[in-house]
Amino acid sequence: MLDRLVPSAASYSGDVDQLILLTTWIVGAWFIAAEAMFFWLMFKFRAKDGVKAQYITGKEKHLKAWINIPHGLVLMFDVVLIVAAIRVWVLIKQTLPPADRTVRVMSQQWAWTFQDPGADGQLDTPDDIRTTDKLHIEVGKTYHFLLESKDVLHSFFVPAFRMKHDAVPGRTYTGWFKATKTGDYDISCAEICGVGHGVMGADLVIDTPENFQAWVTQNTPETALASTDGTDMSASTDSTSATAGQQ
Amino acid sequence: MKPIATTRSAMGIMTGKLAVYWVLVSEIVIFGGLLACYVMNRIAHVEWAEQAAHTNTWAGAFNTLILLSSSLSAVLAHQAAEKGNGKKAANLLYLTCLGGLVFLIVKSFEWTHEIKAGFTIQSSGFWAYYYTAAGLHAFHVIAGMLVMLWVASTAKKNQELHRVENVGIYWHFVDLVWIFLFPLLYIAK
Amino acid sequence: MANHADAHADEIGSGHHGHHEEPGFIKKYLWSTDHKMIGFQYMFTGMAMALLGAFMAYVFRMQLAFPGNPVPGFGVVSPGEYNALITNHGSIMIFWVAMPVLIAGFGNYLIPLMIGADDMVFPRLNRLSFQMFALSVVILIASLVVQNGGFGGAWTSYPPLSANPDYNLTPWGASLWLLAVAVEFVAFLLGGINFIVTTMNSRAPGMKAFDVPILVWTIVIASILFMASVGPLVAGAVMLLFDQLIGTSFFNPNKGGDPILWQHLFWFFGHPEVYVVMLPAMGIVAEVITVFARKKMFAYKTVIYTIIATGVLSFFVWAHHQFVAGIDPRMANVFTVTTVLISIPIAEMLFVYIATLYGGSIRFSTPMLWALGFIAEFLIGGVTGIYLGASGADIHFHDTYFVVAHFHYTFFPIAIIAVMAGVTFWFPKMFGRYMNEFWGKVHFWGTMIPFNCIFIPLFILGAAGEHRRIFDYHNFPHLGAQWMQDMRIFATVSLLVMLAFQLIFLINFIVSMFAGKKAPKNPWKANTLEWTADSPPPHGNWPELPTCYRGPYEYSVPGRADDFWPQNEKA
Repeated sequence: MLDRLVPSAASYSGDVDQLILLTTWIVGAWFIAAEAMFFWLMFKFRAKDGVKAQYITGKEKHLKAWINIPHGLVLMFDVVLIVAAIRVWVLIKQTLPPADRTVRVMSQQWAWTFQDPGADGQLDTPDDIRTTDKLHIEVGKTYHFLLESKDVLHSFFVPAFRMKHDAVPGRTYTGWFKATKTGDYDISCAEICGVGHGVMGADLVIDTPENFQAWVTQNTPETALASTDGTDMSASTDSTSATAGQQ
Repeated sequence: MKPIATTRSAMGIMTGKLAVYWVLVSEIVIFGGLLACYVMNRIAHVEWAEQAAHTNTWAGAFNTLILLSSSLSAVLAHQAAEKGNGKKAANLLYLTCLGGLVFLIVKSFEWTHEIKAGFTIQSSGFWAYYYTAAGLHAFHVIAGMLVMLWVASTAKKNQELHRVENVGIYWHFVDLVWIFLFPLLYIAK
Repeated sequence: MANHADAHADEIGSGHHGHHEEPGFIKKYLWSTDHKMIGFQYMFTGMAMALLGAFMAYVFRMQLAFPGNPVPGFGVVSPGEYNALITNHGSIMIFWVAMPVLIAGFGNYLIPLMIGADDMVFPRLNRLSFQMFALSVVILIASLVVQNGGFGGAWTSYPPLSANPDYNLTPWGASLWLLAVAVEFVAFLLGGINFIVTTMNSRAPGMKAFDVPILVWTIVIASILFMASVGPLVAGAVMLLFDQLIGTSFFNPNKGGDPILWQHLFWFFGHPEVYVVMLPAMGIVAEVITVFARKKMFAYKTVIYTIIATGVLSFFVWAHHQFVAGIDPRMANVFTVTTVLISIPIAEMLFVYIATLYGGSIRFSTPMLWALGFIAEFLIGGVTGIYLGASGADIHFHDTYFVVAHFHYTFFPIAIIAVMAGVTFWFPKMFGRYMNEFWGKVHFWGTMIPFNCIFIPLFILGAAGEHRRIFDYHNFPHLGAQWMQDMRIFATVSLLVMLAFQLIFLINFIVSMFAGKKAPKNPWKANTLEWTADSPPPHGNWPELPTCYRGPYEYSVPGRADDFWPQNEKA
């Protein structure tokens, strides 16, 4: 239902949408019932000449039931909603499936910088790819993201994933996602961060495996390519001897 | 002229006294909130103990004694007021005020010494809480002293003697906050 | 109380309303200790601030609908100005409109009258509390006009943005805003003492606890709730001011502080605060629906218990504002449980109100329209809150317009609809004249219909991912879509229509004050004690203070000729 308004592009976005749909059915039913009763009573007991109002204390058992039974039902439905909500929450925020790839997401006033681990698949090595305001990821792979801030609070929001978490300076948050659709989507900063908060968006580009490989190859920094064929792990000075055998 | 409303007492307790208790409710949450933050931070920051070592425990202890004594004179003031002796009650309130003044003087010596030694409110999280909590408390001491002087000014004419008890209750609370501050800021090292 | 009757006997002839020379203008209108005048001071100040807050909404909604275009009456809106507008709109509506009008305005005016007293117990403290409130207004307005402009870090003022002028770029604005809020808190702490103590101690002889009208209960419980929840934030405000001004690091993560601590301190107050304003609104609705349905409140005691339960539970839900803020995710589950469950006492209250209509004889006068409108609209606010309390869904909805729409569906009924019910209901008592009924109804419909047109689209936009506090959505490819921009324009135009209809209210109010048809003591044939005083009541309220013989809602009692039975009428 929500995917009519915003695409659903992560493995867990469907779960969030289903929770929202369940909530809509339950609260919708209650809302309609309450409003219907409300308007019906207004209509039925509108002032009529010669008809006096009734003296009702609220202690009358058959009338009290009209409060107590709905009260009990609301409690039951609340429990259903709580269980459903916690399940989705645990899936997204309390589990961390093993990562196929880890990216660093750094927020600051007023831009996003992303750090992809590059061809070697390890962060903080010379072949890492740093981009500003554009995050490339590969569809179908489980990602961990390391969310940080350089200054104030920001928030990493990907509506198409139904995923959001605040970036707190002084902390690193590790979250996860797994994209299920290719395409271009919005990343927004969802915590007011100063005058530039309104321009702090970024692009999320979800690539097919081939396109993603090509992107990595094209964007590997020159320095990492310098003394190797581009796939060697070590950045040490005696890499020449290490790779000699590989040539 | 007082409204009739002020003289009624549907709860069986005098209006002014009831009011002071409600004031204390809000004060408990203010100091409680601040001290809870301090305690949580103190537990999380083991290194604060090094800073806390530099508070002057003797000055703190002396001040504790002063405040407790001033609470005693406040109680005696109440007793005098109950007996209708407004002049005696006023004098005992002045004595209580004096206790507050001594407290503040000791504190200003303490703080001057600490600031000169480089322990300013900015120098560490511990000192930030130390000065803020003790400062907020000192602000309440000053406010209490001012109210006490005003109450004494009418009490010595044997008027509004019930206020002596009420200001005493407030003063006991200020004392009680210090009873919490002293171990938290001075003894926990 | 054994000595009640004696106390009453003592009171006759001891009142101070014997011989008074008519006070001068200053003493009567600006320096008064009379609870009715102080009530007016709060009400009129609150209404003026509502105009300011509404103007801010007009400006930023125009910017959203027609980005970059100069807004008539303001000019081009810069990003910094946009942030200051939304920050101060929210702050003003909560702290300088809802609270003064609902609690201090209605509370001051009505509590002594409803409990049969001649004034509040501490009239001079009452005057002082208004003066502190007025000071907070001055400080707030100053914060808007200083160098670099007003504070733009949202009404929640999260550090490090709010603590460090290098980040927020509004050094003066930030500190003055915070100071204004702190002074406003002190004003309401002082005022609350009067409401609580007066109600506890100064009730009319014979008025037991469960004979007290629901509105008085709600204002007292709201005051207690405020008092018990604002303390940590007062401490926090001092800490934030120190961070801003003298270089402490309570909230600075680079020097051992924690930005999330502020959030806890803020929301520990912030959540009970919404109930602080909700309860008096529900109190007003209770008074109006019993009178216009000619019905006893269905299960009065249940209402009181649910009010207290809501108040207590409200202390245990605060972190639902922080689900994705970096709190321990296990804690989020605890708060989901408490938040979803708090819907129960509130639902119960609404069910009881709806049940009160059963068997009634309902007249749809203007106050009743507003009271019924409150119930209809607040239900929407309530059910949409469930989406946000359910943590799994809140991951998506947090900080989007879905939240904005939810809280406007609760706050607007609280701050505007219930207030209108109260104003139109008690106007005859306050000014001795009727408001115009026809224009009252026109104003009602002209407010309610546009209100829904503004905020229903915002639910949809929020669900589609439109995040908050953004001055131009064209900076985000998917949010700049034409259908979304069309919705924004529709919402803005609806706001313009709604604002235009408020002119009708203003004219009706002012003209009726001076030239409305004269009203008797009890134009609505109601039971509560304020309707036995003159319209308007004199200083001291009655020549002889009333005694109470029964509860407040004895309407349509079988066997009686009249369908109402004032509380002060001997059996």
